[in-house]
Order: sequence, then C-alpha cells, then structure tokens
Amino acid sequence: MTIAAEATPSSAPSEQQVKTSLKVGVPKEIYPGEQRVSATPDTAKVLQKMGFEVWVETGAGLSANFSDASYEAVGCHLCPDARQLWAIADIVLKVRPPQAHPDLGVHEATLTRSGQTLISFLWPAQNPALLEQLAANQATAIAMDSVPRITRAQKMDALSSMANLAGYRAVIEAANQFGRFFTGQITAAGKVPPAKVLVIGAGVAGLAALGAARGLGAIVRAFDTRPVVKEQVESMGAEFLELHFEEDGSGAGGYAKEMSPEFIKAEMALFAAQAKDVDIIITTALIPGRPAPKLITRDMVESMKAGSVIVDMAAEQGGNCEVTRPGEIYRYHDVAIVGLTDLPSRMANQASQLYGTNLCHLLKDMGGAEHYTIDYEDEVVRGALVLHEGELKWPAPKPAAPPLPAAAAPKEAPAPAMLKPEPKSKGWLWMILIGAALIGIGLGAPESFLSHFIVFVLACFVGWQVIWNVAPALHTPLMSVTNAISGIIILGGMLQISGPVTAPTTVLGAIAILVGTINIAGGFWVTQRMLNMFRK
Amino acid sequence: MNNSLVTVAYIAASGLFILSLAGLSNQETARKGNLYGIIGMIVALGATALSASVSGTGYAALLAMILPGALIGAVLASRVAMTSMPELVAILHSFVGLAAVLVGIGNYLSPEAGLTGAEATIHQIEIYLGVFIGAVTFAGSIVAFAKLRELISSKPLTLPGRHLLNIGFLVGTLVLGVQFMGLDASTGLQPLLIMTAIACLLGLHLVAAIGGADMPVVISMLNSYSGWAAAAAGFMLNNDLLIITGALVGSSGAILSFIMCRAMNRSFISVILGGFGSGPSKGAAKAIEGEATPTTIDETVERLRNARSVIIAPGYGMAVAQAQHAVADITRILRDRGVTVRFGIHPVAGRLPGHMNVLLAEANVPYDIVLEMDEINEDFAKTDLVLVIGANDTVNPSALDDPNSPIAGMPVLEVWDAAQVIVMKRSMASGYAGVDNPLFYKENTAMLFGDARQNVDAIRASLAQESAASPAMAVV
Repeated sequence: MTIAAEATPSSAPSEQQVKTSLKVGVPKEIYPGEQRVSATPDTAKVLQKMGFEVWVETGAGLSANFSDASYEAVGCHLCPDARQLWAIADIVLKVRPPQAHPDLGVHEATLTRSGQTLISFLWPAQNPALLEQLAANQATAIAMDSVPRITRAQKMDALSSMANLAGYRAVIEAANQFGRFFTGQITAAGKVPPAKVLVIGAGVAGLAALGAARGLGAIVRAFDTRPVVKEQVESMGAEFLELHFEEDGSGAGGYAKEMSPEFIKAEMALFAAQAKDVDIIITTALIPGRPAPKLITRDMVESMKAGSVIVDMAAEQGGNCEVTRPGEIYRYHDVAIVGLTDLPSRMANQASQLYGTNLCHLLKDMGGAEHYTIDYEDEVVRGALVLHEGELKWPAPKPAAPPLPAAAAPKEAPAPAMLKPEPKSKGWLWMILIGAALIGIGLGAPESFLSHFIVFVLACFVGWQVIWNVAPALHTPLMSVTNAISGIIILGGMLQISGPVTAPTTVLGAIAILVGTINIAGGFWVTQRMLNMFRK
Repeated sequence: MNNSLVTVAYIAASGLFILSLAGLSNQETARKGNLYGIIGMIVALGATALSASVSGTGYAALLAMILPGALIGAVLASRVAMTSMPELVAILHSFVGLAAVLVGIGNYLSPEAGLTGAEATIHQIEIYLGVFIGAVTFAGSIVAFAKLRELISSKPLTLPGRHLLNIGFLVGTLVLGVQFMGLDASTGLQPLLIMTAIACLLGLHLVAAIGGADMPVVISMLNSYSGWAAAAAGFMLNNDLLIITGALVGSSGAILSFIMCRAMNRSFISVILGGFGSGPSKGAAKAIEGEATPTTIDETVERLRNARSVIIAPGYGMAVAQAQHAVADITRILRDRGVTVRFGIHPVAGRLPGHMNVLLAEANVPYDIVLEMDEINEDFAKTDLVLVIGANDTVNPSALDDPNSPIAGMPVLEVWDAAQVIVMKRSMASGYAGVDNPLFYKENTAMLFGDARQNVDAIRASLAQESAASPAMAVV
C-alpha cells in the first residue's frame, strides 16, 4: 500500500525514486541486416512513465531512423558500450535472440547475469543451446514468441504485430517483382487484366497480405486448413478456397496442426490447379516447432506463367516452396522466388514502434517498474517465461483449446414439401375448356361483339406481359396508377349525360362521372406523391 | 370532332396507358409512367367530351361533375398519410365499382335502338355482368376500407357454411339473370336491382371473410375487379378504349394478386375464399416450449454499436406506430459509421403490396438498400444483427419447419439465421394469422417490448448522442 502511495506522481520525491528504479537496456541488434530496435523514443517515453530508467546503446535506433538525439530528447540514457549496457541493465529488451557479438567477440548470452531479465524473440524449441547458456548465467528469459495467443495477450503479441507487417510487406515485395498492375484497368492503351493472388495460410500475415493485395486491386484468394478462418478471409474481400474434405486443421492456441496424408493430397491438387491460374502466390504456412510444410512443388512453380511471383514467408523455417532460397530473391523458370526472411525488418521504423509497444504492454502487465514481478499466476507471463533465475520453465502448461465458434446449431428440419405442383394434365384441360368456350362464342355471338372481344383478349395479354416483371417495391404505386386508369369508366357516364337533365340515365351518369373523377384525380396524384419519395 | 378522330385519340390513349403500366414496373421509369397515364387520361376524356356523343346540356353537367370530383380527389390524395395509403386505395376502388354500377343501370334505362336477337341478348348479359362486378367491387372495397381503418375487426369473419352462402348468392344471381333476360327494357329493372343488392352482399361477405394479413391480395384483387367492371362497361357501350383499359387493369391486378399469392405460397382461390386454415384439417400445430428473453434499449443500442451488418425486417407494426422516420434515422447513423444496413421486405409485409417500400421511401431510405425476401434470405447467416420491427408472421420459422402450422409452406424471412435477432413488439400476442411464433423463443432472439415508435425513438436518441460524442469513431 505504501508503495502505491509513493507511485502517485504528486510530489518531487518520485523524481528521486527514478534513480533507484529498474534499468531497461536497449542494445543495438547485431544480427546481420536486422534493422529493428526494441524501443523507440515513443515507447521509451512510455517505459519511463511506468518508472523504468531506459538505457540505449549508441546508434541502436539508427537503422530504423531513430537518432541517438531523439532518444536523449525523451530522457533516455545513452551508453556507447554494449558490454556496459548489459552489465547495468536489470531488464534487457531485444528483438533477435542473443547470438555471438561480432565486435565484443563474446556471445550475448554470456553477458547476462543473475537477476537480469532478457525479453526478446527466443524460439526456445529451436535454440536449446542458447537456453543452456542463459541458464548457466542464472538469467531470467521471456520469449516474445511464446506469448500465448489469448484475447488478453493480443496487445503483447509481437508475432501478430510482426506478421501483420510481414504480410503487407510480402505483397509489396511481390509487386516489386511483378511486372504488371494489380488492379484491372481499361485504358486508352488497352485492357489490363487484374492480378490474381493466392495466399496460403490465413493467419495474421496471410490476412494482412490479403488486405494489402485486395487494396491494390488484385483478385484475391486464400486457402487455409482451418475452416474457421473462412469468415475472416471473406471479410477481407477475398475468396476462400475450400477442399470438400472433412478435416479441421485447428490446433491448440489458434495455430494450424499437421493434416492427414489424404488431406494433403487433395490440398496439393488444389495448389497445382491454382498455380496455373494465379500470378502471385504468397505462402505463410507454419506449424509450430516443425519445419515449414512443403506446399508448392518444383512442378507447380514450373507450371506457373512466366513473370509470376512466389513470396515464401516461411523461408526462415525452410520454406513452403521447394525451390525457395532463404534470404534470397532469384528467378526460377521465369518465376521470381522471394525468400526474404527479414520482411518486418524492411519496415524497421514501423516494426520497431509496434514491437516496442508490445514490450511496453508486457512490462506493464508485469507490474511496471514499481511492482515488477514474475507472476506464475499470470497466464501471459507464465506462457512466455522460458527461464526463471536459470531454471527452465518452458514449455508452460498448455492453455485450453479455443472455444469452438458457437456449436453449429443442428440444421433446421428441411422445409416441408411446398404445395404440390399442379399436375400437367390440368394445363391441357384448361386449353380444351378455353377452346370450347371460344367455339361457343364463335357460334353464338354476332360479329360486332367479336371485334370488341379481340380487343379485350389482346389487352388482357398486354396487361399480363407488362406487369409480370414489376418490382415488388412498386406494387403500391402501380396499384394506385391502375386504379386511377380504371377511372376511365367515367367515359361511360360521359356518353350518357347528354339526355334531358332530369332523366334517370343522365343523373346516374353524372354521379358516375363525379365518383370516377375523384378516383382519377386521387389516383394519379397519390401515385405522383409516392414516386417522388422513391430515391436512391 | 368526327368519329375517326375520336378513335385515333382512343388509340393514342390506349398506347399511353400501356406505356404507363410498363413504366411503373421499374424505379427509373416510374415517374414517366405516371405522366403517360395522366396524358392518356386527358386525351381520352378530351376526345370523348368533344365527340358527337356529348352535346348541349351534357357539357354543363360534365363540368359540374368533373371539377368538384377532381378537386375532391386531389385534396384526398394530398392529405392522406402514407400509412393510410391502403385505405385510400381501397375507397377509390369502391368509387370505380360504384361508377360501374351506375353506368350499367343508366345504360339499361336508355336502351340503344336497333339491337335485336343475339346482339340484344349479349348486350343484356354485358349490362348484367358489368353491374354485378361493379357491385361486388363496390361493397368489397368498402369492407376492405373499414377493415384497414379498423372500423371493423380485421379478423376473418367465418360464418358457418360460408362457402354455401357464397354459392347461394351466385345461384341467386344466375336465377335473377335468367329472369332478367326474359324481360324487356322497362320491366327488367327489378331483377337487376335485386341482383345488385345480392352482389353487394356477396362482396361484403367475401372480403369480410379475409383476414387482415391477406389484405394486400384483396386490395389487388379488388383493383382487378374494378378493371373488369370497366371492361364490361366498354362492351355494353361499344367503346374499345374502355375495353382495352379495363382489360389492362383487370389483368394487371389479377397478375399482381397471383404474384403475391405465390410469394405466400398459397393458392389464389383459398385467399379469395377467405381466412386461414380453410384447407383440410392438418392436425395440431407444434406446441412451443421455452421462454422469451426480454431485452432493454441499452442492450439493443450496445448490440447495434457492435454489429457490422444489420438487417431490418419491418412489418405492419412499424406502419401502425409511424416509426419509419426514426428507423430511417437509425439507418443513416449506422451507415455513417460504416455499418452495412439493409432492409428485408416480405412480399406481404404491411397491408398493401409494397406498403413497406412506400413508407421507407417516404422516410428517405435509399431504395437500393431495401431488398426483397428472395434477395436477402441467404444473407441472414452472414448478418450480425436483425431488427424485427412490428413483423410477426412474416418471420415465423414454423412456416418452414412445422408442417402442421396454419402458415406452413409460406416463404418467410429467415431472420433466425443471423447471429442475433431483436424483435420489437408490443406484447407476446400472435399476429394476424393467430399463430404463435417460435422465433421469440429461440436462443439468439431477444424481445424488446413496448411501443415500436417509443423504442425506436429511444434507440435513435441514444445512437445520435454517441455519434456526437465520438465523431471520429473508427470502425475497424
């Protein structure tokens, strides 16, 4: 309670508090080509608000367009020496897993110490040696890649934020290699067909790629083994390709699981067919802790149109495409194969900002500087915790499977048979009856009647044809206009009123004219009123 | 004006009337259609007035009748509220029926010379038929008007043996008709008038037996009758324009009735003969179990705020409560926020075909988001929220899944496929068909009880306030 009281930013002593507060170290990334940095001036400011003291290695943000001055401007401490930075920091924030430092000649893991926490991407499943080294130094390690994918942890989910960037960038890289417009155009110089983009794997990266490609105007399709993502795919304006195959690829934690051989066979057939049709394939299929599944075979690549592009976002895990060369862009059979593994890093400024914010949220969740603890009860922290004071805590007990989307309600009972269709013979019966009636009229009726009768029958047919396709929205105006037109009956009255004024015929005719006129005027007028209201 | 000119004018008028009806079948051309109708009418009336048939005192009488008639019609039409449109149309139909009766009797009283043999007989049949149809139209429209105005109960009147009664009326008409044929001009008036009375009774009884939910069909059927009456008058007066116009109106009305009956999946005959459940007894309808979930305005607003796509299914209740303007405002607010809002209109929603469309148009709802049942039924599954405002039978799932329900087989708006349904309703009372609605008891249905107008107004106020408070609210 007392601590909480001190935390209120009301008095000068809190300034003093900063001096003894936890130090956060932001070293420069040393992985070749890595341009991101784990804290930007903006996120550093947030960290300081939480009570942390932020130490940034000189030049750490340069490649992401954050100058040292901009860090200093928000109150960060600069530290020119990486070794010193690691020594003083209580919490080290990194992007890439620790690795051998080219300048210092030591492995970053050896720079850690007891009581220090390292927060970065660690990929614990792939890096057992790294874990051992960290454990030897009694360090605490939190893997951003192991943050559980639950709703509450979304704001700390760096995999998602990076995947989002990567998906967008994948489309941009594809566009860079692709020699045509994405959007279809009809110009004075000819017609341009829209590009067709197939995205395999509709995770965060896949959805981001769908959105970006759709935004550029391409025809977008997506495939995923998890039927639940269909809705998300369609919400991005893309077509969801389906295998008519009963198998759900949803695994624990929102990831896909590996599928049965039959399913894969059907899937491959689909890809082979699509490869011939689409211009750009973006693959994002990953299975956690396993090499990426090979989805695009050499044959498929060879079957693609010249000038097509494949962006393999799983290149780092071995690639979804058989001919991918991780980290490279090259042409294979006139198809550009983009195997870049640094897609988020290519948007370093944005990526750093998002990653830094993820880190801020995580540190806040852990109590900020004042109440900094590693709480085993916190599902997020527990999930991401790899080492605690050198003790292996990974993997965390599995989180529960995601709740199924509202269990599909049992199908409505099929609608009962609609009214029985009229038996065919009835139509014939009608024909015969009508024929008989016509013959009867022909035998009995005088010619004067028949000439009117022709007119009558033809007018019936005209009315039928004209009305048959009327839009239901116009039923009311149509009815009121026909109502007005049927007021033509006053013609009958008009033909009768020229007799003596008091003759019953004249009087009846006159009344008929009166009511008929009311009908005509009212009908047309009200129709006009209604029609004036209809507008787009 | 000589006869040939009059005939040519009639040809022009018939053409214009056909163009008018054709124009009315499409939104873009509808206004032009109405204009054609007006021009056609002026041409027809002008030519007739100038023809040899009208002369001397006729003009005075004509003016004395046409001017006040036009005035009354225009005033009626400009005063009527859009929600009372069905009543107006019904009462106008009765005028046509009345005019047909008067013209028929008047024509009988001044027999044309020189008709003999078959021609005379046919002329008499024409008069008799014209008066009969006119009288049925007249009386039926009056009952329809009274029902729509709620001057009398809109419940179907089911007298015991009502089919026998109808047949009795028809037999009486036939007997009198035979008698009428046998008499010459001066003495035939009595059976003609008796028949008129019987036809009026028949019209009253026919329409009285039809429930409120079937009113759209009745109105369009009466519309058709008024056309046939005009055609009959044309035959007796040897006037081709009347025949053409009458036949146009008659057949178009019949087609409209047929289209609507098909939309309800009911046979035309069973609608005309009145009342639900007229078919063979189908056994008891399924009992409905479960409890309806009531909801509040706040919850409704909350749901609207979170929904990305909303479909509104309005019914007669919206018209009664005059809630269409508030509904339109809600639509506008939601659309401004990027929510997809559409309307699903059941073909027989309301009391007049296309009634809901007219009301929504009055409230400035763009007509391209007002969709028909067939267009929108598939989309319910992809919809977050459906607001049912004052509709009941048109959203009743038992029409599809309970073969014993009185409305079984009628296509309905499948609102229950949506993620959430909110039904605005005064109480749990059943609709016109008198059928309980299992929709209210579904798990994804919440009931917002109370007057539709007040509820919709409250929702609008709440939404409008929010929009003002957070103008930059982004919908991701």
